[in-house]
Amino acid sequence: MSSTQSFRLASESGVGSQIDCDKPLSFIFNGKSYPGYAGDTLASALLANGVDVVNRSFKYSRPRGIVAAGAEEPNAIVQLGSSEAAQVPNVRATQQTLFDGLTARSTNGWPDAQRDMMGLIGKLGGPFMPVGFYYKTFKAPASMWLTYEKYIRKAAGLGRAPTESDPDIYDHMNRHCEVLVIGAGPAGLMAALAAASSGVRVILCDEQPVFGGSLLDSAETIDGMAAFDWALDAVERLAALENVTLLPRTTANGYFDHNFVTLHERRTEHLGDTAPTLDGRRQPRSRLHRIRARHVVLASGAHERPLVYAGNDVPGNLVAGALSTYIRRYAVRPGKRLVLSTTNDYAYRTALDWQNAGGEVVAVADARANPDGELVERAKAAGIRIISGSAVVEATSDRKGHRVNGARVAAIDIEGFRVSGEVELLNCDTVATSGGYSPVVHLAAHTGVRPVWRDDILGFVPGQTIAAFEGFGVVGAAAGVYAAAGVFESAVTQVKRALASDGIDAEEVQIPIVETFREGAAVAMYQVPHDKPTMRAPKQFVDLQNDVTAAAIELATKEGFESIEHVKRYTAMGFGTDQGKLGNINGMAITARCLGQTIPQTGTTVFRPNYTPVNFGAIVGRHCRELFDPERYTAMHQWHVEHGAKFEDVGQWKRPWYYPQKRRERADGKLESMHEAVVRECRAVREKVGVLDASTLGKIDIQGPDAREFLGRIYTNGWEKLAVGKARYGLMCKDDGMVMDDGVTTCLADNHFLMTTTTGGAAAILEWLELWHQTEWPELEVYFTSVTDHWATMTLTGPEARNLLSELTDIDLDRDSFKFMEWREGIVAGVPARVYRISFTGELSFEVNVQANYAMQVWEALFDHGEKYGLTPYGTETMHVLRAEKGFIIVGQDTDGSMTPEDLGMHWCVGYNKPYSWIGKRALTRSDTRREDRKQLVGLKPLEANVVLEEGAQIVLDPKQAIPMRMVGHVTSSYYSPTLEHGFALAVVKGGHKRLGEKVYLPMPDGVTHVAEVVGSIFYDPKGQRQNI
Amino acid sequence: MFHIYCPYCAEYREEEEFHPKGQAHIARPADPTATSDDTWGEYLFFRDNPRGVHHELWVHAVGCRKFFNITRDTRSYAILETYRMGDQPSVTAESMILAERDAECGVTSTATMQGVPS
Amino acid sequence: MPRFAYFDPHPAQAVTTQSPLHHFVASASGEGSAVALREHAFLDHLILRGEPAVMIDVVQSVLGLTLPTEPQTLVLGDAGSLQWLSPDEWLLIVAAGDGFRLQRALCEALGKSHFSIVDVSGGQTVLELHGECAVAVLMKSTVYDVDPGRFPVGKGVTSVFAKATAVIRRVGEERWELIVRRSFADYCLRWLLDAGEEYGIDYQPAKARVASARKSASNMEAVS
Repeated sequence: MSSTQSFRLASESGVGSQIDCDKPLSFIFNGKSYPGYAGDTLASALLANGVDVVNRSFKYSRPRGIVAAGAEEPNAIVQLGSSEAAQVPNVRATQQTLFDGLTARSTNGWPDAQRDMMGLIGKLGGPFMPVGFYYKTFKAPASMWLTYEKYIRKAAGLGRAPTESDPDIYDHMNRHCEVLVIGAGPAGLMAALAAASSGVRVILCDEQPVFGGSLLDSAETIDGMAAFDWALDAVERLAALENVTLLPRTTANGYFDHNFVTLHERRTEHLGDTAPTLDGRRQPRSRLHRIRARHVVLASGAHERPLVYAGNDVPGNLVAGALSTYIRRYAVRPGKRLVLSTTNDYAYRTALDWQNAGGEVVAVADARANPDGELVERAKAAGIRIISGSAVVEATSDRKGHRVNGARVAAIDIEGFRVSGEVELLNCDTVATSGGYSPVVHLAAHTGVRPVWRDDILGFVPGQTIAAFEGFGVVGAAAGVYAAAGVFESAVTQVKRALASDGIDAEEVQIPIVETFREGAAVAMYQVPHDKPTMRAPKQFVDLQNDVTAAAIELATKEGFESIEHVKRYTAMGFGTDQGKLGNINGMAITARCLGQTIPQTGTTVFRPNYTPVNFGAIVGRHCRELFDPERYTAMHQWHVEHGAKFEDVGQWKRPWYYPQKRRERADGKLESMHEAVVRECRAVREKVGVLDASTLGKIDIQGPDAREFLGRIYTNGWEKLAVGKARYGLMCKDDGMVMDDGVTTCLADNHFLMTTTTGGAAAILEWLELWHQTEWPELEVYFTSVTDHWATMTLTGPEARNLLSELTDIDLDRDSFKFMEWREGIVAGVPARVYRISFTGELSFEVNVQANYAMQVWEALFDHGEKYGLTPYGTETMHVLRAEKGFIIVGQDTDGSMTPEDLGMHWCVGYNKPYSWIGKRALTRSDTRREDRKQLVGLKPLEANVVLEEGAQIVLDPKQAIPMRMVGHVTSSYYSPTLEHGFALAVVKGGHKRLGEKVYLPMPDGVTHVAEVVGSIFYDPKGQRQNI
Repeated sequence: MFHIYCPYCAEYREEEEFHPKGQAHIARPADPTATSDDTWGEYLFFRDNPRGVHHELWVHAVGCRKFFNITRDTRSYAILETYRMGDQPSVTAESMILAERDAECGVTSTATMQGVPS
Repeated sequence: MPRFAYFDPHPAQAVTTQSPLHHFVASASGEGSAVALREHAFLDHLILRGEPAVMIDVVQSVLGLTLPTEPQTLVLGDAGSLQWLSPDEWLLIVAAGDGFRLQRALCEALGKSHFSIVDVSGGQTVLELHGECAVAVLMKSTVYDVDPGRFPVGKGVTSVFAKATAVIRRVGEERWELIVRRSFADYCLRWLLDAGEEYGIDYQPAKARVASARKSASNMEAVS
């Protein structure tokens, strides 16, 4: 370890409640090793080691130090990770618990934050980089933006994502509770105690590793105990209750409709770069809890607001409360000589803490004329110099700007916004400021409610809860209640009211007895006036993370931006991971001053999820890699895998696409290409016999006396006369007359039908049937049940299909007794089966259906007997070629929701004279559906035999016309036909049915124009004789 | 993420279980052949898009598979009521205006979220 | 003329029979597993549909089970289990081979009423989660509130399971069942093994069934 912790207080000092000095750790920051202790945050350890510059700023590349101690920290943003795979960007050093070997780098700064080359550009560029710089500079030419952006991003140096796969796992957990309490400070602990006593389910979360919030930094006593001990005791009491779930290291990041809250629990990030295993089992690194709460109690506390003054971004400037936190929790006093600038009594605690920790308080500059509260009196009694009616107008620094070396203090006139007296330069290394507190209203703002300003507390509090968030309440400092007694009372009152609304009487909870102070009134001040006007004074930062200055806001208002939402976007104030935690209120106050109006008149911007950054792993959970999306398998899936199938995704199904074989003629054993495999599979079906796994087709069992009537209403064609034992192709339209699905439906018995749907349409069609039944025709007696997964379906097709199947079944397959479009029951390969004689290839086909558990028995038997017939498994690509040769459409490929049955040339499938006005019928006589120039389905035959047109290619009538050409249609399906030894396509062409024999043109991006002849859509066996052999 | 009271399952369920199906109470004209092109076009293509109270058809797709109606405030996303197919809403834009008037006159409303206790 | 064409899917002689999870091997869970996962394969599953008034007496007399008419409830009896799925829909799970017989018996008893009974045995399977961390695994997987205090034994729901769906039911103090569709079963099992790793999930595959006795003489019988 290369450094001693020179800013660490001795263990005898009695401070440092969070650290364990017996457990030394070492960590690496920007390549250098430092010591720290267990319980430290990265920030407290850096301060203990005297590391002042922890980062460079976003726009001006100025040296920056730690400002705060929690989620509101704007500067100390680091890149974490000792290996490439473990990289985590945008971690706040104030929130990262130290572990041995922790490795971190500053997010900005090249080559590092100490010696920064970009800083030079920042210094040179500073005066030339006014607000709206990017909008003004890089607006033209638009084509150059991509070039500019590359350099801007590099200079901005935002954190980077790892280039290697994350070795950790993450997960989600769904939780439900009656009361969710967000924040475990005094208000949250009290609310949880009050709620838990009633026995309802309570979840209490806090972003810190230890519950207690401000009590951890407090010198006060509660019920006669030190505040810290009271907090410990409260946590112990809660932990003992079964109905309470405690989630430390857990940030409530987003608040959504109807009390749905997402919590991000960092489970192992305090233990190492990657999550440790436990008994060899991987543990999730972090977990996203998805909470549905009946009541949400927001106890998120308040952030101390720094003042805005010149030089306020130099390391050594901190918010006052952060100093107390570092001293009390981590035994770190990050300086020797402190000047404190305040508008209120609370900050005097920091002066006293600093002095008690052995530091020198040079002076307290109090903006008030006559500060007289009890804490002020204590400071006076401790000999601290108080300069009333004054403020730090500028922090001065060493030449490099690496550390504060003085504070210019002057008397000020707040009303007149001017320095009213002589400036006194005080020698110091630390400047702490407090402009009061800003309630943390972020989560309340997620509900869509704008915060409202309260003059009495000089802060925004959550507005009236809206109806979609019934059961939401805000307590403690988040509601603008700061005194301990009031905090406890507000928590208990809110919980009682919430439970009472559900008819639950909360048990009486004793409100703790606390010390009360006589408190002097605070004064409203945000930006401190400087002896120079704002535009000429040294930079006074409002938003440190986004490098937004008071001058920038002033300039924005001068350039005409008056809405706070516009000022925010023009200046970038409160953007990104910062979400305006420290700067927003000051920025609004400055906007208000520049516009000569009040803060409530100016209003506030709102905050969005997430409150602090959430890693992608936590958002994704285990929905990644092989669990990213369900893969649906048929009963024969393993066989397909074992036989080398390539798979095609059809919805969530994995369907065999084609089965490449080793090429017999080649010694290298290479597999067939897709083209070769498809040619072989097509020939096998046309010449011998093929088998397709068709199990993925949707299947719906329909039962009831009105089943037939229902089918007649939902399908375009007639079902009145379909006899038991017969099957029929059906076309389904939406009520706008456009084709939505098709399939074969079978009459199993008088009241019993089996409908098949497209693979992708199965769930939607079942919902469609239910929709019409439940909303329009509840009087029809019919029930629908999905049996898609119950049946395994194998399509045997080809001239040898009958010969093969007859070896395996007791069913009479004779062509005259088992006709086309009929079904039979029997035994196939020892398994009871339903066999349908239907065809999607144009060849003689038998579709064998068995209960899926027995599928492999039948499938294997087909192959046992099939070799002598040349049985070949084929996939969806071959199926597509074969059906297209026959002109059979695929809904969703040859249709796109704008094709009527007539557009498809399927008048034969439309029952114009059915008594009931079936779904889609009326729309077919609308003027638009009667247009003669509608796009109609035709066949295209390229003039050159080996051309396979591109699916989606646009069709024109005159290839010589000027661009943009008039497009008259496009190719929907296109393949090479091994049977025809020719490319062929299906296409939709305006008025296509009357264009048979015409030539059309397909200009391609590469300059080639294909020519094709418009032909009928049936390319093979137009009389349909092959399926009747 | 809505929390929706399914009137058939008689309990609150997560939005992920439901599919929205558009505006509720769109009846298919009884005799389509006697319906003019304009009226048929209205039925097919035109829907309300109110700021405020809206009646919507939903289905408990991953659940009981029943269709039902939701009355929702499109401003706040509050669900004011859910009710079964065939039932009429008790909360409407008109009833909300009356309730607001009553509230101004000091009459307190006893309605709970989605019309049912949670 | 027959009204319904029921179908006994079970073969008369021993044939290859595969559950949707036949290709999974046991997990290497080791010591201290806090949750066990088993498949109850090859049971007969029937979907019953009808108005409760139509169904209730027949179900009692044929199955000896009280038709659950309260939403999200199920009854467990000697004949099997019967679960409410919707106001007019129930899931009956019985021993392998019993389904066809019961389908016909129910149909006969229901006479001319309007109802539907559909065999879905091949389309779904039952998974059982057992142990103290069963609930934690479920909480990672479903948005439904599975808090044992809110989800008593005898409750069952249909809900989202990971990115699929499942029927989730509690059949004992620490015993939960998931009924998942065949085509999603592989995904659901891999999900469960992944989500359960933290708790040392112990999975043993179902015993392969080689023989299946047909209980009826004919599979071709139609019921009129």
